[in-house]
Amino acid sequence: MTDDDLQIQLILDHYKEPRNYGKIQNETTSITEANPVCGDTLHFSLLIESGRLVDIRFVGQGCSISQASASMLTEYVKGRPVSDIKTIKPEVVLGLIGIELGPAREKCALLSYNALMKALAPYN
Amino acid sequence: MINALTIKKDFPIFSRKIDGRPIIYLDNAATTQKPRQVVEAIVNYYYNFNSNIHRGIYRLSEEATDLYEKSRENVEGFIGAGKDGTVVFVRNATEALNLVAAEYSRNLEPGDEVILSTMEHHSNLVPWQFLQEKGVVLKFVDLTPDWELNMDQLETLLTPRTKVVSITHVSNVLGTINPVKEIGKMAHENSAIFVLDGAQSVPHMPVDVSTIGCDFMAFSGHKMLGPSGIGGLYGRKDYLDHMHPYMGGGEMIKQVWKEHATWNDVPQKFEAGTPNIEGAIGLSAAVDYLRNLGMENVRSHERELIGYALELEEDLKIPGLRSYGPRNLDVRGGVYTFNIGDIPTFDLEMEMMSRGIRITGNGIHPHDVAQSLDRDNIAVRSGHHCAMPLMNELGVAATSRASFYIYNAREDVEKLFDGIRMTERAYAK
Ligand SMILES: Cc1ncc(COP(=O)(O)O)c(C=O)c1O
Repeated sequence: MTDDDLQIQLILDHYKEPRNYGKIQNETTSITEANPVCGDTLHFSLLIESGRLVDIRFVGQGCSISQASASMLTEYVKGRPVSDIKTIKPEVVLGLIGIELGPAREKCALLSYNALMKALAPYN
Repeated sequence: MINALTIKKDFPIFSRKIDGRPIIYLDNAATTQKPRQVVEAIVNYYYNFNSNIHRGIYRLSEEATDLYEKSRENVEGFIGAGKDGTVVFVRNATEALNLVAAEYSRNLEPGDEVILSTMEHHSNLVPWQFLQEKGVVLKFVDLTPDWELNMDQLETLLTPRTKVVSITHVSNVLGTINPVKEIGKMAHENSAIFVLDGAQSVPHMPVDVSTIGCDFMAFSGHKMLGPSGIGGLYGRKDYLDHMHPYMGGGEMIKQVWKEHATWNDVPQKFEAGTPNIEGAIGLSAAVDYLRNLGMENVRSHERELIGYALELEEDLKIPGLRSYGPRNLDVRGGVYTFNIGDIPTFDLEMEMMSRGIRITGNGIHPHDVAQSLDRDNIAVRSGHHCAMPLMNELGVAATSRASFYIYNAREDVEKLFDGIRMTERAYAK
């Protein structure tokens, strides 16, 4: 197996068994973002306490890249200070996916990132 | 008979290898590859004849003008335009349809109706939507359960207010071949004009506008072995004569004064500015290539390939695989649109309520399918194929599509299904 193959296995693992899947009952805020072109959709539910993202969950539908990136991103940001999360660059999310993506599929990978940043915009 | 392997040798791109393996190109409904003959015709023009047409009083320009106009005659002959019709060179089918929608519609009044179908490409939908601003009403023929046009419904949609019926000859998603002669007859009996979107038929089967009886027809060069940036609008001369020009500028005028101008004759009236001269010449070479193969042969070759695809689909029983389009090969072009599992449009309520907290469906998204097939060098398209209303009708967010042409062989269809099977195994949840 090449590194790419291993990474694809990891993506498929997140796609088939997404982490932090679901909805938070006492959420602070939530957001739904979609890519109308391909129908990829993500809904994030966030619990923010004293400037910290205490919990984050998502539900969604779409291609493996969009769903795996959401799953990976929730793992990456959960528990961290909001101000910290807001400094994350999109490249970080592409790095989590870790395989070469064409420009069309980068949009799939960044749907989660764009949704999260939008949801966090009013908070600090 | 068509021998795909012999034909392939005319297409330089197929000697290219990606990751050391040949390309299996199955995105022909989007655009086709170009044979050496077409590329050489363009190079020959640039090397030996390049000059601006119509205006030069020197031999080079006269020769270039002659090549351009001979190309028009050749294309007109190919689609069966008689002496009462002509071909206006445009950029593509989209421009052709926009031209008709914008200019023919100057005759329309509020309350007049245009009939389209649910299977139209956006290019035969959005230009007509623009007319709603002036009160024109759009009506749609739907599909039967067999993915064909509901002709009984068309009958009921036609009213004295119907002025235009504009419908595709072949669906770029379903492959459905529509009964265009009958549609034309119904439109004309109702005193409406019949506009045909020939983008997916002219490249793939014999098309004769005089037999069909359409008043306008749009087609694109790049989908029929020709270069991109050139296409045709076939139109009846009497209609074109009475239509206002689409763009103003050079070439389309007879005389110009400060405050007004008179128009050139058809078709030049609709070809403002320096045209795509090498495009017309390249398209003409493509027409020669296809004529030489015989359009009957092209059609039977594709019919065999799509028949084989449907056969493999039934035999292999790949879990979740379903396809969209007529099973009757008499009305089915070489387009195979499919999904693995359900690809529903997202509905948060549904997601949360009915299914509990888990990922919906067993579907493998078309993007994943296309990317997975690409690892085997199989090029298919995934998405909405510029037919979003049809996607809604199918109840899917997107689909994958394989579309065949003269250089595809049965082996390519087998590789496609091998690829689909591997994808299903890798991605299935
Ligand atoms: C049925 C149909 N009509 C129109 C078009 C538009 O063609 P073009 O993009 O070349 O203008 C297409 C191309 O995909 C098509 O499939």
